[in-house]
Amino acid sequence: MAEPKTKQLDARKQALLEEFGAEQAREMLQTMYDIRTFEEKAEELYMLGKTHGTMHLSIGQEGSAVGASYALRRGEDFLLNHHRGHGHTLAWGGTLKPMMAEFLGKETGYCRGRGGSMHIAQVERNNLGANGIVGGGLPIAAGVGISIKLRKTDQVCMVLFGDGAANEGAFHESINLASIWDLPVIYYCENNQYAMSMAMKKAFNVERISDRACAYNIPGEFVDGNDVFAVYDAVKRAAERARQGDGPTLIESLTYRWKGHSRSDRQAYRTREEVKAWQKKDPIPRFADALIAAGMLAQDEVETMQAAAHEHVEDALEFAEASPEPEISSIMEGLYA
Amino acid sequence: MPETRELTYAEALREGLQQVMEQDDRVFLIGEDIGIYGGAFGVSAGLLDEFGEERVRDTPISEAAIAGAVLGASLSGMRPVGEIQFMDFVTLSMEQLVLQAAKVRFMFGGKAKAPFVLRMPAGSGTGAAAQHSESLENWFVHVPGLKVVMPSNAYDAKGLLLASINDDNPVVFVEHKLLYKTKAHVPQEMYEVPLSKCSVPRQGDDLTIVATSVMVQRSLEAAETLSQEGIEVEVIDPRTLNPLDEATIVDSVVKTGKLLIVHEAVGTGGFGGEIAARVAASEAFDYLDAPIRRLTGLDIPIPYNRHLVYPAVPQVENIVEQARRLAQGAYNGW
Repeated sequence: MAEPKTKQLDARKQALLEEFGAEQAREMLQTMYDIRTFEEKAEELYMLGKTHGTMHLSIGQEGSAVGASYALRRGEDFLLNHHRGHGHTLAWGGTLKPMMAEFLGKETGYCRGRGGSMHIAQVERNNLGANGIVGGGLPIAAGVGISIKLRKTDQVCMVLFGDGAANEGAFHESINLASIWDLPVIYYCENNQYAMSMAMKKAFNVERISDRACAYNIPGEFVDGNDVFAVYDAVKRAAERARQGDGPTLIESLTYRWKGHSRSDRQAYRTREEVKAWQKKDPIPRFADALIAAGMLAQDEVETMQAAAHEHVEDALEFAEASPEPEISSIMEGLYA
Repeated sequence: MPETRELTYAEALREGLQQVMEQDDRVFLIGEDIGIYGGAFGVSAGLLDEFGEERVRDTPISEAAIAGAVLGASLSGMRPVGEIQFMDFVTLSMEQLVLQAAKVRFMFGGKAKAPFVLRMPAGSGTGAAAQHSESLENWFVHVPGLKVVMPSNAYDAKGLLLASINDDNPVVFVEHKLLYKTKAHVPQEMYEVPLSKCSVPRQGDDLTIVATSVMVQRSLEAAETLSQEGIEVEVIDPRTLNPLDEATIVDSVVKTGKLLIVHEAVGTGGFGGEIAARVAASEAFDYLDAPIRRLTGLDIPIPYNRHLVYPAVPQVENIVEQARRLAQGAYNGW
């Protein structure tokens, strides 16, 4: 008997896909393709000299972005993002046109061209922005948590940060505050294993960043960040606890960035073999395969969706390129309310 | 006439906090020892009993988290008032204040607002030496996006605090330890002293003194002495250091032709340099009869010893002497 073409889905994945429904599951997959294509285009634009500054690409981490965002009430809950945040903004419901326009510094961008790649926010959807400072969002998250508590809503705040940020003092101060006051904050550590060139193994004397949760007497969860289902489950559990008034959770989501830290990175700190090994754990086909196994996606639709992503990104680029530069006369705008 | 009573600066601040908290659910307090202890200088005494632990939040010793907390809460619909126990400790909050709070609105294209106040006592005079006596206000003046407010008396303290809480921007609110027990007539009702508007607590034609915080009181005392000598000093208190009401200062120097700037913070890189530069670049330049002079704290950390701390910052007699020399033309013809 020939091997079945698709793997059998485990019961949990099957149940989650039923919870998502085919339409949302396909939207999640499409978002992952859109993110990857956006990032590839961003890199290409940089190489063509069409943009300046730096950028931090999240290729390889799309599953983490989509799994975490979709577990929350996107647009109603709060999000604080990190510097490698293009994917998270898209997963939170941001759209490609103002994203690309911001990347190119145009007036039609999410931040009117003032923020750029590292500072994309969508305030009207409670996305309080990506952050150029490692760990910069962590103390802010505690404040959002206090606000939610005092306003007596059942919102939560998810703060995203990397392995590097877990060694900032802000990590300790913020989680401690959230813990003593049971703040509805989800500390989502996207561990891509390198803080620029500093390997996680050298920067921590614990095996798991999530082990640090015990120091704050809060739950710590370790998940495969390239598994959309595992990420979704962990964030969902954390959100339920937070909404019930049971306080914060520290989630460590293990993933890997395929590209360097930023444009200037020669990647002397890791081997090609390591990168290749992680590329085999690509989160996108893993999720696509699950959809196919569940009968929510036909094999030949994968290419259709990838093509659609290219179309979305090209449309966004066309929009961004046709958009005006900010007026010099507006330079002082937005400093004070 | 509205009813006024004599209140201390600390009482005036407390009354302002109490009244605004009664009226506006979005206002809450957060800081170290502000609850059961009442604040290191007693400003929030009694407020825990009235408003409870949710709205008067005693924090662990976590200054970065305090600054982040007021920022995050303000970005999500609240109007928090944080307290940094001594201004010195705000060095531990700098990233949140300078890189996050000050920039969040501009960086996001004007689409976010962060209406919070971070109160902190500055200044020497309590014998607490170098790490509890800093006057760092000009650090924040140097950061666009923050407002910097520095009340010099009880009346302004309440009015500026309420104006700061109602302002839609992050406000660094710099109090002074030696002022907490000073008294003034303070209206019972809520009132605002407008931000970015100097006060002119004394008018005069011979010399302008621009002074901040506790130096306003010392300059007014000095002006009394000088008046007996026939030198009439105009004293200007900027009250808000940034954004600055430059016009009031320039107009005064146009009138008097002489400018002395007095602050407690060290001179090098201090706020006085900013005032001097702005006046020198204004129409007042043509009216100057003498060099612009600064009288500031010495360029040293605040020493412990009583005899050393006294000359480390300007005292009334130093202001009298400097103003007299300036008025009499001692610095002309250099």
